[in-house]
Amino acid sequence: MLKGGIMLEVLRLNVHYGDFQALHNISLKIKHGSIVSIIGSNGAGKTTLLNTILGFNKPTSGIVAFQGEKINAMPTHKIVEQGLTMSPEGSKVFQKMTVKENLLMGAYLPKARKDKEETLELVYDMFPILREKAEQSATYLSGGQRQMLAIGRAIMSKPKLLFCDEISLGLAPVIIKDIYQTIKRISQQGLTIVLVEQDVKRSLRYSDYSYVMLKGQIVLEGNSAELVETEVKDAYFGVNKYAKY
Amino acid sequence: MDILQSLLNGVLLGGLYAVIGIGMSLIFGIMGLTNLAHGDLIITGTFVCMAVAAQFVGNLWLSLLVTICVMTIVGFLIQHFLVNRMLDKGAEPALLVTFGISICLSNALLLLFGADARSIQSSIMSANVIKTEFYSISAVYLLDFIAAIIVIFSLHCLLKYTYFGRAIRATSDEIGSAELVGVNTKKIYSYTMCLAMVSAAVAGLLVGMTFIFYPSTGTQYLIIAFGVVVIGGMGSLVGTLLGGIILGLAQLLGAHFFGAGYQLLAGYLVLLIILTIKPEGLLSSAIRK
Repeated sequence: MLKGGIMLEVLRLNVHYGDFQALHNISLKIKHGSIVSIIGSNGAGKTTLLNTILGFNKPTSGIVAFQGEKINAMPTHKIVEQGLTMSPEGSKVFQKMTVKENLLMGAYLPKARKDKEETLELVYDMFPILREKAEQSATYLSGGQRQMLAIGRAIMSKPKLLFCDEISLGLAPVIIKDIYQTIKRISQQGLTIVLVEQDVKRSLRYSDYSYVMLKGQIVLEGNSAELVETEVKDAYFGVNKYAKY
Repeated sequence: MDILQSLLNGVLLGGLYAVIGIGMSLIFGIMGLTNLAHGDLIITGTFVCMAVAAQFVGNLWLSLLVTICVMTIVGFLIQHFLVNRMLDKGAEPALLVTFGISICLSNALLLLFGADARSIQSSIMSANVIKTEFYSISAVYLLDFIAAIIVIFSLHCLLKYTYFGRAIRATSDEIGSAELVGVNTKKIYSYTMCLAMVSAAVAGLLVGMTFIFYPSTGTQYLIIAFGVVVIGGMGSLVGTLLGGIILGLAQLLGAHFFGAGYQLLAGYLVLLIILTIKPEGLLSSAIRK
């Protein structure tokens, strides 16, 4: 696929939890090779959107299309086979496994399994601490190391599109910076990345394009370099001209 | 030196109990489901093994192979068409389904084989491997124990070193993350049930060679499986072996000191005591959160 082509398209997506509507008419496009950020406060619907794209939730209406193919009726493991995956919120590593087993588990799919040794080296080079702790149980990792492991595990599946859900949550700023710089490097190797964040400043700095979510809707979008931080903050908090939502 | 004999028999019998419990432990550890049909599935294995040996192949080991295949298919069908669909609706509906399967199986066996007591005859049944003045080791009990070690060791290797085993562990650990690396977790559930049924087939043959059985004895083995799994801790392989041995020892030492009538009571007293002081089991891997 050409750089700049549309990799993932979400069209008028609506999601309900019982009577409660969690997402309203969400539409977005993710271009190949870009870093896109989805910004929003707690409860804005970011994680619901991700879970719906990855097949954990079923939408009431709307379309999710990956490389032109509709994926929103597929179970999660089928979607992952297409080349999407996620580093989930709270990292959710396999606690009963060693660090290396976690990473090898990432290469479960046949297409990833045949190159697993090379990808493993790649991940170890990205996050050298994981090489050091390879034989240790994942339970003993710190929060930042778990986050690295979750990202590393996702990369082991050789995705085309990687979602990172709140990777900075609860981490020290110096570690966050480290992880973000690694993500930037991964993106330069051609992987498309979607960052889901509460941190407005950092999201704008590291992404090419941004969407701001408020109460289950996308209220603002634009090239990250052109968006004005004060306006993004208004949209984030739902104040001034965004108070109507 | 009767006590030495009781100790020996308790440990060896514990091996059989471990094989009885391991399938249940596996299912609980991986899908959080208490399989109430496990005892009846074991007895079904016993009857299938007996019937196949008597009617078709004439050889117990060949018959065991056939039984393993039959039980694996039965397990897959039960999981794929019944339990997996119910698990979406929560743990309780699935539990009720296993209860229903249990009733169906024991009644089907009653219909097919009648209510008479049976046993699987084999030349090793009356043999002793070692016999001294103080103790003897019966071949069947020794076989029970060796089979337990083999079953548990193979399961351990499978879970530890193969991609299939890792996928099973991943599914029990973080089901969402397992899907995110491309594991079809529903399929993993079905295959796990198949594994449990392989162990049930082995347990079935051993039970048939060790004790007499009826179509209705399934419940008895369900309770033994419960005991083993509760003592050892759900989802722990070594714990299952330990749980089996403790239950076996408790029963036979109880019988030794208080008389044969107290055998079962002694076993369940120990179960109660362990439940009181360590309700999660001795070696629980605490898989479920």
